[in-house]
Amino acid sequence: MHDVAIVGIGMHEFGRHDGVSGMDQGVVAVRRALADAGAQWEDLEFAFGGSKDAGSPDTMVSRLGLTGLQFINVHNGCATGGSALISSYNAIRSGTFEIGIALGFDKHERGAFRVRTRGDNLEWYGESGMALTTQFFGMKINRYMHDYGITQNTLAKVSTKAFRNGALNPMAWRRKPFSEEEVLESTMLSYPLTQYMFCSPGEGGVALVLVRADKAKEYTDNPVYLKSCVVKSRRFGSFEVFSPHLANEFSEGPTVDASKAAFEMAGIGPEEIDIAQLQDTESGAEVMHMAENGFCEHGEQESMIQNGETEIDGKFPVNTDGGCLANGEPIGASGLRQVYENVLQLRGDAGERQVPGDPRTAYTHVYGAPGISGVTILSR
Amino acid sequence: MVQVSVQDTVLTGIPEEPRLIGGKCPDCDNHVFPMQKDCPKCTGDQIEKVDLSTKGILWTWTIQGFPPKSPPYIGETDPENFEAYGVGYVELPGEVKVEARLTENDPTRLRVGMEMELTVVPLAVDEEGNEVVTFAFRPTENN
Repeated sequence: MHDVAIVGIGMHEFGRHDGVSGMDQGVVAVRRALADAGAQWEDLEFAFGGSKDAGSPDTMVSRLGLTGLQFINVHNGCATGGSALISSYNAIRSGTFEIGIALGFDKHERGAFRVRTRGDNLEWYGESGMALTTQFFGMKINRYMHDYGITQNTLAKVSTKAFRNGALNPMAWRRKPFSEEEVLESTMLSYPLTQYMFCSPGEGGVALVLVRADKAKEYTDNPVYLKSCVVKSRRFGSFEVFSPHLANEFSEGPTVDASKAAFEMAGIGPEEIDIAQLQDTESGAEVMHMAENGFCEHGEQESMIQNGETEIDGKFPVNTDGGCLANGEPIGASGLRQVYENVLQLRGDAGERQVPGDPRTAYTHVYGAPGISGVTILSR
Repeated sequence: MVQVSVQDTVLTGIPEEPRLIGGKCPDCDNHVFPMQKDCPKCTGDQIEKVDLSTKGILWTWTIQGFPPKSPPYIGETDPENFEAYGVGYVELPGEVKVEARLTENDPTRLRVGMEMELTVVPLAVDEEGNEVVTFAFRPTENN
């Protein structure tokens, strides 16, 4: 098995870009990643590209160069970007290829995701007003608050941190800080979650150039190594989005499984992680995912967040680029955005939002429909 | 107005005695909703139809505060006339937790652990003038 390094990162600004297609944004991200690596499109042996709503990524070869590379499209729910990355990781790790690119982009319609449930005896689900991701998030955090004493003020603090961090991030969509009062008093979308506690489907693109680790120094003085990369689907008994029924018995969700596997693969534990980007579809998700990924016990988040431990200058910075809340969620690109941010942080290139103390290890986590989770661990 | 089920393979017995049609695996006793042949617990494929219990306990809940997109939603989507509605999981003892509309939309009147029973709520009027209903749970008088 070979080690894998990230030697180039590129991103198209997240947000709303009228007149710019999702594919355009993906192409910009690829060109920026190649420039960052000092590599050429024709150097690449493979690409894995993900997009949910913005076309087939492989068609971008007609704009970047018809070089004959292996280009595989990836479509895997909310772990689409993460799946492009794990596929790239395995392609190099196995020794099949030396250099390639993982990329993702998207462009979604405004408002909550439209989900149509056809066939499989499920038409009634959408027709009855239950096929909404937002309801799942409201119900999961509502039960969690009941079980572990998380307060609504803590949910508001997660949002204000996200928008504060987003304001420091030139690539972020939402760059205006909000007060806790503004977050709490915004429209109640899905109790106990208000409008400013939710991220929105958005637009953007990210690309990462990966090489076999022994080649990394040919491209950069600051390689960042992928120590683990895991995608897990759900097991029987877990509580997932879009579930007309849940089993009465309980099992941990895919986040817990992916996290455990990623730590085992990296050979380190949660206490050795310096910064983390955790799926924050809404502010409650960030809270729950801190514990599900092993960074604290259930319920400990209340004091950690109230004490500012997850701020950029705190003991355990979480979502330093503003997360999904400030960046929005273009599904194909979202998981790769987290890795992009961690590479910047580990290189010491995160500018105004740089985590102090010379971070050496970083963690990413995505979660989404239909009950899928992806985790990476990076180190310098 | 005549009431009709949003989907009679899922919700039957309208209007007198609404019931949810689920399934039970003969091999491992796992329950599913709606009915499907394949068992996600034991990987069998012989699940048989059963009527699910009409009473249960509220496991968690939320309030849908904005109109869902249409399609797929067939209820009221005009923001002026839209009324928020509750959604929750109701645990049917010994069977399964079912996701359902709730008759309550006031957070102060809902709590985890409440006793709930099956009923229906109106969604829309179809082309023949029938009232299309879907299933919902309401707090019982024991709360």
